[in-house]
Amino acid sequence: MIAQKPALRLEGIVKTFPGVRALDGVSFEVMPGEVHALLGENGAGKSTLMKVLGGIYQPDDGTIFIDEAPVTMGSPLDAKAKGVVFIHQELSLADELSVAENIYLGELPTKSFGRVDWDSLHSNSAAILKRLNCKFTPQTIVGDLSIANKQMVEIARALTVDAKAVIFDEPTASLTDAEKVVLFDIISDLSRQGVGIVYISHRMDEIFTISTKISVLRDGEYRGSLATAETNEDEVTQLMIGRSLDLGQKVEHAQTGKVAIEVRNLSCGSLYHDVSFKVRSGEVVGFYGLVGAGRTEIAETLFGLRNPTDGTIHLDGEEVRIHSPVDAIRHGISLVPEDRKGQGLVLGMNCRDNMTLPQVADLTAGPFVSDGAEIAIFDQYRDKLAIKTPSWRQRVGNLSGGNQQKIVIGKWLSMAPKVLIVDEPTRGIDVGSKSEIHNLIRDLAKQGYAVIVISSEMPEVLRVSDRVVAMFHGEIIREFTSEEVTEDNLVQAISGIRSDKVA
Amino acid sequence: MADERLKSLTSMLARHGILVAFILFMIGFTIANQRFLGLDNVLGVIRSSAILGVMALGVTFVVVSGNLDLSVGSMMSFSTIVVLDLHDKLGPSMAIPAMFAMTMALGAFIGFLVGYLKLNSLIVTLGMLSAIHGLTLTYSGGKNMDIVDKSGTWFSVFGQGAIFGIPVPVLMFGLLAVVLTVILAKTPFGRKVYAVGGNGTAATFSGIPRARVVFMTYIISSFCVATAGLIQASRSLGSQNTVGQGLELDVLAAVILGGASLLGGSGTVFKTVIGVLILGFIQNGLLLVGLQFYVQYVVTWVIIILAVWLDIAAKRGRLWSPIA
Repeated sequence: MIAQKPALRLEGIVKTFPGVRALDGVSFEVMPGEVHALLGENGAGKSTLMKVLGGIYQPDDGTIFIDEAPVTMGSPLDAKAKGVVFIHQELSLADELSVAENIYLGELPTKSFGRVDWDSLHSNSAAILKRLNCKFTPQTIVGDLSIANKQMVEIARALTVDAKAVIFDEPTASLTDAEKVVLFDIISDLSRQGVGIVYISHRMDEIFTISTKISVLRDGEYRGSLATAETNEDEVTQLMIGRSLDLGQKVEHAQTGKVAIEVRNLSCGSLYHDVSFKVRSGEVVGFYGLVGAGRTEIAETLFGLRNPTDGTIHLDGEEVRIHSPVDAIRHGISLVPEDRKGQGLVLGMNCRDNMTLPQVADLTAGPFVSDGAEIAIFDQYRDKLAIKTPSWRQRVGNLSGGNQQKIVIGKWLSMAPKVLIVDEPTRGIDVGSKSEIHNLIRDLAKQGYAVIVISSEMPEVLRVSDRVVAMFHGEIIREFTSEEVTEDNLVQAISGIRSDKVA
Repeated sequence: MADERLKSLTSMLARHGILVAFILFMIGFTIANQRFLGLDNVLGVIRSSAILGVMALGVTFVVVSGNLDLSVGSMMSFSTIVVLDLHDKLGPSMAIPAMFAMTMALGAFIGFLVGYLKLNSLIVTLGMLSAIHGLTLTYSGGKNMDIVDKSGTWFSVFGQGAIFGIPVPVLMFGLLAVVLTVILAKTPFGRKVYAVGGNGTAATFSGIPRARVVFMTYIISSFCVATAGLIQASRSLGSQNTVGQGLELDVLAAVILGGASLLGGSGTVFKTVIGVLILGFIQNGLLLVGLQFYVQYVVTWVIIILAVWLDIAAKRGRLWSPIA
């Protein structure tokens, strides 16, 4: 066996922030051609480590080696020049410019008098796109591409330098299954070309598909590495959260009551069409389908953010009209939205103020907001939902994803809703908090809430739902009881195979 | 140990930077000129800052909700001209409420455009700056407005009177500052203003009527402008059409000096008061040390840039960073 040098090595990296030791002597290495998955709960230090590596933070101690030569990363540009390239979760492309201009942004080839050398720009870009098997041309405007193709442009941008290591940070968050397959092919290609890959994700199935090695961070410390082929999900989870979890197990079902909400023949333009369903109190109904199947739009309609073009909504048997979130809240409908940071929280506000926001007008003593009433509500739901925060004064933006999500859930529970709609309850949330939130949803049903869960993750839908509604292209294709639903028939349903015709 | 101390100093500066700068600045000018901190001078500065200050209090609401108001200068000219004109036509006790109603109607119009029609506040209020100026000139026929009987009216009390030796404009500024502090910091409405400015989408998703909240911030702003116009008119009992011209920028400068983010969601009425006083004392201090008044335009700008820079630097922990 030939002794190989790591493409990238971090040794004893320490980074502290006021009051927090974010990284405590983390060491980590990536060999050329290796796909190295980096795991850890939110707050374990993954993002800080990557920011140190990318030159955004300077480490307090420790060294970064590239091909065993010590380097310092002064800035993101510096890191790129040294061969460490990031593919971010949030894309950073200029939508108005062409693919080629984006690939070479900031370093466009020029001719005399500073004129852009379009010929070599386009031919160089075309060569890179070919290496990635991309079907679009360098002249395409980036804004016209799908999310998946935009990600390809980001990857293409990474390949303009002699990349030693490419870091993928949750790259599949907004990709469809087919697009994921293409991405994984490209990652394999890159690794065959000798590039070291760091792959950050919360999704176990992906990590076991793509990686060759798994390293785990917990509480800012390095907890060990495992060869993917010789381990399993349980072992990795245990290393990550320090205990074992049973994620596969189906939770116990509650007693269901009378119909809390019924939707009859609801339509909204081209978004969804002729949708009818019922949710009983004490029941969790899962809505499963591809992104764009119309699930979120239905939720937004029930919450008064969209007006239906046809159909009716009934609460406790009576027809209601919902024109705004204020109406929805008054009728006891709550929505935990899919975009936690954009729609769920005011990140600059503290935990308490976020939680009491919808009812702040009612928590008053005379004309003023009552501190005591607010803190009482916050304390109650902090304990009930086990929210980890040093105090209610903490800015919500500083909490981990799981705790942020619990703040949003607490916000609506404290309003005592009849119907709770949860859109993508665990998006971007780590494994430990995920199972907590699943149990929480089941508990809510047990307490008599009618719960609608919208999710793109099949295991999640299967785990929490009493019934599953499969949607495709704005229509309900089929409803399954929890006894009859399986991964297979669910996949069939959402791929557009009309099972009702078969049945 | 020294490192710890440095860190706590930095975090203290980050939180109260503007207050610290203000104190240092006052000490500096007091050393340069003993008269600077004399009671007469201090009261004089606050009195001359009162008009600007009253307007800045209202604009604080608009800025915290994530919008701008550049129309306050020309709106103040409008209020002043209207109340002077109506003074002789209706008498002061009718003129004042009529002027408040007219000014707040303008505020309601802006609030409708920005809140309900969701038009960009920069464009709307920049347009209104010019439109209201035109309205004022149309109203006055382009002439200066004067009260005929200047010595025989109680109307002068708002600009020239004093209670227990404290000038009435200062009292009005102080009273309004206290009331608006309480509204922004303690009432449900104030909380909603912060939520709308911090993340308007999340506010909507929490059932907060965003349009109405924005509308109300412009109502408050125009109420403050009307009050400023009342003080201005009462002080001089006669006025040009352009009396408020350019004040919108000083107002915005005071709000920013106070540390409110132009992106919305942060800032307090108290900090705006500090911002107003800093501006006032800078201008006064420069005159006292013998500089020409036009130097203040340059110095004010330099101080604002420094304040904003130090504010950002304190938040990110270094003076310059490749990312924001």
